[in-house]
Amino acid sequence: MTSIGTGYDLSSSTYSPDGRIFQVEYANKAVENSGTTIALRVKDGVVFAVEKLVHSKLLVPESNRRIQTIDRHIGLATAGLLADGRHLANRARDEALNWRDMYRSPPTVKAVADRVGQYVQAYTLYSSVRPFGVSAILGGVDKDGPALFVVEPSGVFYGYNGAAVGKGRTLAKTELEKLKISELSTRQAVMEAARIIYLVHDDAKDKEFELELSWVGDETDGHHVQVPRDLAAEAERLAKAAVETFE
Amino acid sequence: MDHFPTNWGRPRNDTVDAYNTYPLHQRPDWRPKDSFADGIQRTQQPIVTGTSVLAIKYKDGIMMAADNLASYGSLARFKDIQRLHVVGDYTILGAGGDMSDFQHIQHTLDSLMIEEFSVDDGHKLGPPEIYEYLSRLMYGRRSEMNPLWNSILVGGFKDGKSFLGYVDLLGTTYSASTLATGYGSMIAQPLLRKAVEGREHLITEEEAREIIKTSMKVLFYRDARSLNKYQIGTITAAGPKIYEAQSSETEWSFAEGIRGYGAQTQ
Repeated sequence: MTSIGTGYDLSSSTYSPDGRIFQVEYANKAVENSGTTIALRVKDGVVFAVEKLVHSKLLVPESNRRIQTIDRHIGLATAGLLADGRHLANRARDEALNWRDMYRSPPTVKAVADRVGQYVQAYTLYSSVRPFGVSAILGGVDKDGPALFVVEPSGVFYGYNGAAVGKGRTLAKTELEKLKISELSTRQAVMEAARIIYLVHDDAKDKEFELELSWVGDETDGHHVQVPRDLAAEAERLAKAAVETFE
Repeated sequence: MDHFPTNWGRPRNDTVDAYNTYPLHQRPDWRPKDSFADGIQRTQQPIVTGTSVLAIKYKDGIMMAADNLASYGSLARFKDIQRLHVVGDYTILGAGGDMSDFQHIQHTLDSLMIEEFSVDDGHKLGPPEIYEYLSRLMYGRRSEMNPLWNSILVGGFKDGKSFLGYVDLLGTTYSASTLATGYGSMIAQPLLRKAVEGREHLITEEEAREIIKTSMKVLFYRDARSLNKYQIGTITAAGPKIYEAQSSETEWSFAEGIRGYGAQTQ
């Protein structure tokens, strides 16, 4: 066995001598290998975009979606293991529904992120389970306006104005920082999000990818839905053009 | 799946292993509870109630009406209760009977619609699906001897087809081009049938409103648990819409001439 890990990496219920939990760090590696996922919290809503790498031409287009709907007003986009992401989305749906059963009101994004965070953290405590191999971006519009959170494999969650996880996150983050996010509309944010995904995509390493776009805000009557086909096509066209001039 | 490893490979019922010979910690018990053993008492009567709901088919779709009263026995307790409820993009529910049970049904159906919305597969539940779900819910509850004490009309319009159905606390279902619940099924239903049957595709919205108005007025005169304040809902190709409350013009001067009961001396 090499120096890393050296026996302390087999279980997430054991610390290494310098106080780390290697299984959680390996889970982060699983996220880093995945296609990029970004989200923007703008003044009238939240926009999600995913670079979904297509590993086979035989796959039905638009299958294996990585952006999912949690509640009418909340969306979730994941980077990492697809199956873990779907399980987490199901859990988030249960939590949102439980909130509605208890309080008879729509849950805030923060409340759902908090509960999902606690759930993810529980999977860092036992030797019989492995941590989640996903970073999940939760976003939506609730009574306090647009909100955006990222839940990491360790179970921590932070709020963001712009978030990026997965392979191209570093470049995506610098691009997000260049934008005046709080001054954008959701419509503009869709264009920017598409452009960033096209920009961070590495043609040399990964050949094919599908762009997934969704939004929630005033434009959609507060519902989390896929970006309409014509607008998505327009965003994709502009993104391709922008990337060509960029290079 | 059974998530308790101690149950794996063991009989499901303690009649097979009555003394729990397998020396492990306490296992959860999933057997159905005997309803008589624990002295449970189920709903025997509705408490806060709504009265009739009316609905008819007309040229453009469905029109429904229900008054805004929730009674506590014979007391007119709440006078601003909406008894029509929109479910999804194509359906309106109208309920009589126990109002807390109706609120429970509203919540159940709203949760169902959110679940379906999350699936995001391009399909939307229409009136027939919602009606089927609701009738299974009502029949299931009556079979548990714990009914939801309502009679409900489901009206809808989707893909050019209008839909009208009735379901009640027993799980009884039927469809017709005019429907009424409760007192309305005795007083208003004949009026509605006379006005609508055979002419469903000819009746304009104005005419439908007039038919509903007349029936609601008759119900207010005759039904002691009704209120002169009601709402109309329509479901057409433009979607479901519930209108502001309105009232019927009534004339009570004839009451002075009534003899035979009450406080008059002659």
